[in-house]
Amino acid sequence: MRRLLIAIPYLWLLALFLVPFLIVLKISLSDVVLAIPPYAPTLDLSEGWAGIKAFFAALDFENYWFLTSDDLYWKAYLSSLQIALISTAITLLVGYPIAYGMARAPQEWQATLLLLVILPFWTSFLIRVYSWMGILSTEGILNQVLLFIGIIDEPLTLLNTNTAVYIGIVYTYLPFMILPIYAALEKMDDSLLEAAEDLGCSRIGAFWLVTVPLSRSGIVAGCFLVFIPAIGEFVIPSLLGGSRTLMIGKVLWEEFFNNRDWPVASAVAIILLLILIIPIILFQRNQQKQREVEG
Amino acid sequence: MAQPMAQTVFAPWDDPDETPLIRFENVTKRFGDFTAIDDLSLDIYAREFFALLGPSGCGKTTMMRMLAGFETPTSGTIRLAGQDIAPVPPNKRAVNMMFQSYALFPHLSVWDNIAFGLRREGMDKDALNDRVEEMLRLTRLGKFAKRKPHQISGGQRQRVALARSLAKAPKLLLLDEPLGALDAKLREDTQFELMDIQEKTGTTFVIVTHDQEEAMTVASRVAVMDEGRLVQVATPDRIYETPETVYVADFIGDVNIIEGTAAPDGDQTHVIWAEGHDPIIGSTDRAFERGQQVFYAIRPEKVAISANRPEDAVNAVKGKILDIAYLGNLSTYHVELPTGHIIKAQTANTRRIARRAYTWEDEVWLSWTGTAGILLES
Ligand SMILES: Nc1ncnc2c1ncn2[C@@H]1O[C@H](COP(=O)(O)OP(=O)(O)O)[C@@H](O)[C@H]1O
Ligand SMILES: [Mg+2]
Repeated sequence: MRRLLIAIPYLWLLALFLVPFLIVLKISLSDVVLAIPPYAPTLDLSEGWAGIKAFFAALDFENYWFLTSDDLYWKAYLSSLQIALISTAITLLVGYPIAYGMARAPQEWQATLLLLVILPFWTSFLIRVYSWMGILSTEGILNQVLLFIGIIDEPLTLLNTNTAVYIGIVYTYLPFMILPIYAALEKMDDSLLEAAEDLGCSRIGAFWLVTVPLSRSGIVAGCFLVFIPAIGEFVIPSLLGGSRTLMIGKVLWEEFFNNRDWPVASAVAIILLLILIIPIILFQRNQQKQREVEG
Repeated sequence: MAQPMAQTVFAPWDDPDETPLIRFENVTKRFGDFTAIDDLSLDIYAREFFALLGPSGCGKTTMMRMLAGFETPTSGTIRLAGQDIAPVPPNKRAVNMMFQSYALFPHLSVWDNIAFGLRREGMDKDALNDRVEEMLRLTRLGKFAKRKPHQISGGQRQRVALARSLAKAPKLLLLDEPLGALDAKLREDTQFELMDIQEKTGTTFVIVTHDQEEAMTVASRVAVMDEGRLVQVATPDRIYETPETVYVADFIGDVNIIEGTAAPDGDQTHVIWAEGHDPIIGSTDRAFERGQQVFYAIRPEKVAISANRPEDAVNAVKGKILDIAYLGNLSTYHVELPTGHIIKAQTANTRRIARRAYTWEDEVWLSWTGTAGILLES
């Protein structure tokens, strides 16, 4: 009985992660064909042992070679990494003060503030990204307001640029940054800041020497929670980005649906996964260490 | 020529030429319309081990926080070495505080916690190392220097907090209920350790406590507080022997209080306390008017218990033993008088318990001398 209980999460992982991963891996080693499904070989067990042998013999790394032959792919990976890194940094800069303000707000306000942070999740992600199109377009609300106030004379071109992509990513993932940092700051004992001041720190010094280190695990968790999904982001660059916005999520989409090249698309996905494994492991380490300190 | 050297008693508060290190001048602190500290004046002298004693919520922490700089008085001034400290921020005061919750930095090792204040001073590396090592030796924490606060015991954490607040050699060290979290045995050891450290470093200590025994043990002087006011400031023995009010007498140790009216008689004052009983005879420096309300306070250990009325007793009453509290070294007898008063008498247990002379329901005599108790107005 006990074994069964322990086994449940592993079965879950097996069904939801390992099996799909193996399927995608297999497709990435196949060849593209005009058929349904659009790849070959497919496993035919009716032929017995010989069939299995033939199946494995037909698999190769051709698609991965193809990825290295066209510089579109590695540029897309690099550009995704860059966009994800920069947006993570901006999200941190925007999110930290918000989380800090929330943690320092009067106790009776905190539940409401927390609710406000997660409120955007109550509407569809797509609708929110679409409304950003309405805000950022040349005739959009933002340009109208800025023109009206007189800060600018000509409308800014924001939509379909990388700037719009950054705005979209920061907006979308901000709650994932705020929540873990808030959780870390909220636990912090105020008397630590007083102790720091008592020992000769200025207010600002106490912030850097006490508050920031004590919220480190929240910062790290928030950064990974933004960085990891931002690398593979597809909707935001396709809707807000321009033709020159290169992100691997978009490339993946085009391979699947425009080119119907499932094997290459799968290879792209596998490489993306390999790139993400490193930050995911680091994230896990961070969470583990935090639990040890608190436990 | 071998004359014994005159033992100089440490009592700067009795010396009119001595200037106090800390001076509270009519300090009032309000939170909204709640008065936490009420027009309080107090002098604390250098090298004192000064205890603030009072029930929870009487304003002890508020006093400390004003000294450390985390609260400013609503009115009045606080002087440290003659200077008004109101405009000095906490990080610029030669005052360090050991927090009630210890407030150790969880992300720093014991060593780095102790070094924290020294680093802010920009002390050079060798001097800093020496100072931290000295603090570790003083508080016997050498073995734990590399550990994080969550890896040591409560008593060790308390010593780290002490070492950290002592490291900068402050003029004044504030200790807010420093031993609250310790069990009785460790508490006692630590009290002696604190006194030892205070003596070695010559720092002025102000300690907050709600434990009267602790205050009596460690302090050179004790201030008893009630609702933001000082009720009495005196040495522990004077607080114990000559409390000025019933509140102080009751707060410090065990006491019997008998209410009555005064009847001065020469250099003695009689307390008429019950119809048909001899008045209690007491002596006092204070002048009481005839018929004035008085409270006669007497400590249980000054009340003798006997089977018969002692021949020469100045004060003696008869009663019945209601209860016996056995405290190991002492026994406290609760004796009910015919008037309904319950008087506690304490005796040392020099004999084995089985051979105790009195038991429940026994009729006994309680007696005490004319100078054993004191007369209080309120
Ligand atoms: N920041 C504050 N705001 C409002 N009331 C306070 C504040 N700090 C202390 N008090 C009140 O002042 C009184 C004295 O508090 P405190 O000095 O902490 O007492 P003690 O340390 O003697 O237990 C308490 O009634 C407390 O509620
Ligand atoms: Mg307190």
